[in-house]
Amino acid sequence: MSCLPASRLRELFDGVRLIFPLLLGTIPFAILYGSLAIDAGLTPAQAQGMSLLVFAGAAQFVAVTLLTGGASAAVLLSTTLVINLRHLLYSAALQPHVRHLRSRWRMLLAFWLTDEAFAVAQQRYARVDASPYKHWFFMGAAMAMYLNWQAFTLAGILFGQRVPNLADWGLDFAMLATFIGIVVPMLRNRPSLAAALVAGSVSLACQELPYQLGLLVAALAGIASAVLLERHGGQRLSGEGAQ
Amino acid sequence: MNAWWLIIGMLAITFSIRYGLFAWPNLRFPPWLGRALHYVPVAVLTAIVVPGLLMPEDRLAMGWDNAYLLAGLATIAIAAISRHLLATILGGLVTFMLLRGLLGQLPL
Repeated sequence: MSCLPASRLRELFDGVRLIFPLLLGTIPFAILYGSLAIDAGLTPAQAQGMSLLVFAGAAQFVAVTLLTGGASAAVLLSTTLVINLRHLLYSAALQPHVRHLRSRWRMLLAFWLTDEAFAVAQQRYARVDASPYKHWFFMGAAMAMYLNWQAFTLAGILFGQRVPNLADWGLDFAMLATFIGIVVPMLRNRPSLAAALVAGSVSLACQELPYQLGLLVAALAGIASAVLLERHGGQRLSGEGAQ
Repeated sequence: MNAWWLIIGMLAITFSIRYGLFAWPNLRFPPWLGRALHYVPVAVLTAIVVPGLLMPEDRLAMGWDNAYLLAGLATIAIAAISRHLLATILGGLVTFMLLRGLLGQLPL
């Protein structure tokens, strides 16, 4: 690594530094996943293997819950599909920034794409400066997220069984607090507020839809209302985050 | 059934979705779509958070005994005032655990 120019390393470390608070928020969730995966009957290797290969917290969590309930493979895989469809939106939002990279880079960054890495990388790309190494920032953030998830999955596998009623501690709140911490500072103009209000309400109303489809419907409704408001609400891009 | 096959299936699905648009570097989006994608994080994350706070047990819980909702509101307030991510996450978690303790909801 010593042959890397300082600006690349700087971007890499900036990525690690800026995602750090979000890592803390995912620790309880990773521990809980590791513990529940063992409860669901996975071997330690399979529990860790899912973290290593799938690397999608919400989907892994739902998968082990479904396994515990004895759901079929078809239900489990279609639920994985729908829960992770939001990543298609992330992939679309970041594509203009990574399309100049070689396919090896694009595959790696795609494999490591998470809610948290996306949020941090999108903010980096939105900053207007001439750095040609913003993908190093993206990689630093995404890699830190990956290593953190692996380490605390392992902790959950090894020690989760020793804490009685781990599932009743409400560790899932850590993820909600993390997402609140990402979203609230983004609510700086009326279209963003509309996106949040509509997405939140629709999501609540659509909870009954199968395979967590409500999440997708809600996200699209929120995005649509923000775009409509931007066009007709008289408020043109008020600077914040506008490309 | 071997769980490894499920894991491989989840890998294939998840990676295909994440790589879906990165795989086509020559694809260009129309400007309106670019603007729309700007609102993705707010919309998606709020759609996850709101039911998480209001329906922690899969049904609507608007009472004073819902620690998720109360701590969630406190977390939003901390985020709005502090604008500091670490303070928000830690403050939110501490508030949540204190509330669960006060409400007698911790499995002690």
